[in-house]
Amino acid sequence: MTLNLKNTFEDVGNATLFAARFFKEVFIPPYETRQFLKQCYAIGYKSLPLVAITGFIMGLVLTLQSRPTLVKFGAESWLPGMVALSLIREIAPVITALICAGKVSSGIGAELGSMKVTEQIDAMEVSAINPYKYLVVTRILATTLMVPILVIFADAIGILGGYAGINIHGDVSFYRYITKIFQSLEFLDIIPATIKTFFFGFFIGMIGCYKGFNASNGTESVGKAANSAVVTASLTIFIIDMLAVQITDLFF
Amino acid sequence: MLNEKENTGTKTKADKKTAIIEIKDLHKTFGNDNHVLKGVNFTVNKGEDLVVLGRSGSGKSVTIKCIVGLITPDKGEINVFEENVLELKKKELNEMRVRIGFLFQSGALYDSMSVRENLAFTLRKHKRDLNADEIESEVLEALDNVGLSDAIDKMPSELSGGMRKRIGLARTLILKPEIILYDEPTTGLDTITSREISELILDIKHRRKTTSIIITHDMACAKLTADRIIVLKEGTIQAEGTYGELEKSEDEWVRSFFE
Repeated sequence: MTLNLKNTFEDVGNATLFAARFFKEVFIPPYETRQFLKQCYAIGYKSLPLVAITGFIMGLVLTLQSRPTLVKFGAESWLPGMVALSLIREIAPVITALICAGKVSSGIGAELGSMKVTEQIDAMEVSAINPYKYLVVTRILATTLMVPILVIFADAIGILGGYAGINIHGDVSFYRYITKIFQSLEFLDIIPATIKTFFFGFFIGMIGCYKGFNASNGTESVGKAANSAVVTASLTIFIIDMLAVQITDLFF
Repeated sequence: MLNEKENTGTKTKADKKTAIIEIKDLHKTFGNDNHVLKGVNFTVNKGEDLVVLGRSGSGKSVTIKCIVGLITPDKGEINVFEENVLELKKKELNEMRVRIGFLFQSGALYDSMSVRENLAFTLRKHKRDLNADEIESEVLEALDNVGLSDAIDKMPSELSGGMRKRIGLARTLILKPEIILYDEPTTGLDTITSREISELILDIKHRRKTTSIIITHDMACAKLTADRIIVLKEGTIQAEGTYGELEKSEDEWVRSFFE
């Protein structure tokens, strides 16, 4: 028990140092622009279909589930605003981040883990190429920038899903639906929700890289790194979300 | 000269002039009680091929990884090009690493890159003034040196074990290092391919005048490439000499490597 606790604290300490190194290295040239763009493509563009499908389903299901209760209170007209608010403030950021934790963080963990155990990271190091800068900085930067974009995309698709859900039981024009949403939305709904997605992105990338970069030797550790990356990133997303909601509640 | 059961810290005056790698009293422990290196001392002279023999876990790979700064020893001194590796700053260490090539046991090719990109990647990072045509011609030349120009567009997963080692060697050679460290270059290969790799090592030595440390279990490779051999046992040097000298060693354990 004591040993487990010690290992956990040690792990948190090492992860913090690993993350701190990112802020040191990210500003020092040379910049790995090509690799960064490649990672943006792999992390952002290639996740679009998955995020689109889940976003659409989120909007549709949320609408269908909320509608009966609102109908009971005669507040059906609030449905577009309520769906949009729920999606933008909470559901789309968290669900998209969780999907990215499953797809991106585990992918990074497995890729870097296998590079570690096959000595590819050591090969970079002995060739006087900074593997942290080339492999880690580019990936963390890419997730930090791509996750917010994916969340905005999921917001938009989720709203479309909501529109489809409303039209299953009624006949509402798209213009009226969008107008209703904009009437109920404020900038303060969007800004804190978007800011927290940058943190989600940063931790998704950082945890995947940390787990992969520190995989011990042996192929078994590659699977462990991928698995551990998903679990830790998912848990971290919920913790960040809880903190973000508390802070938003204090200031806005 | 046969110096069995003796850690060779002493050097002649002639050695001093040409010593390019000097290891003094190197110690390394992993975990609490896995004392892998227990005071290793040896010197490698300019232009020499030193073969390191020893059972698995005797500290051979750890020693060469200490030389390039992949592993930090607990105690000791490593002088390469008359500079103590352990006292170098990151930038200075990287400048030194460019002068040292390291061939990994598995070849350690970057899986996500083709053979061309594997070679060009290293070159692009260190010779930023080269244009695309110059890089391509250097890559082709390096591949030609290892006899694998045809594999330029292949991915590492499409290569055989021997080809991976050769490409790994081409990648190591592309920066024209003065020292090459080979970590079991013939392990896992058939006899013919092993011989080809050993001949390639010898050829590189003659053509490029490199200094090498070769870790191997392959006695045919040792016989062909070694100017001098050291035998590691439980973290210390058990014997040192030429192939012919150690083959006739009085120490039965040392002799067992040659039987």
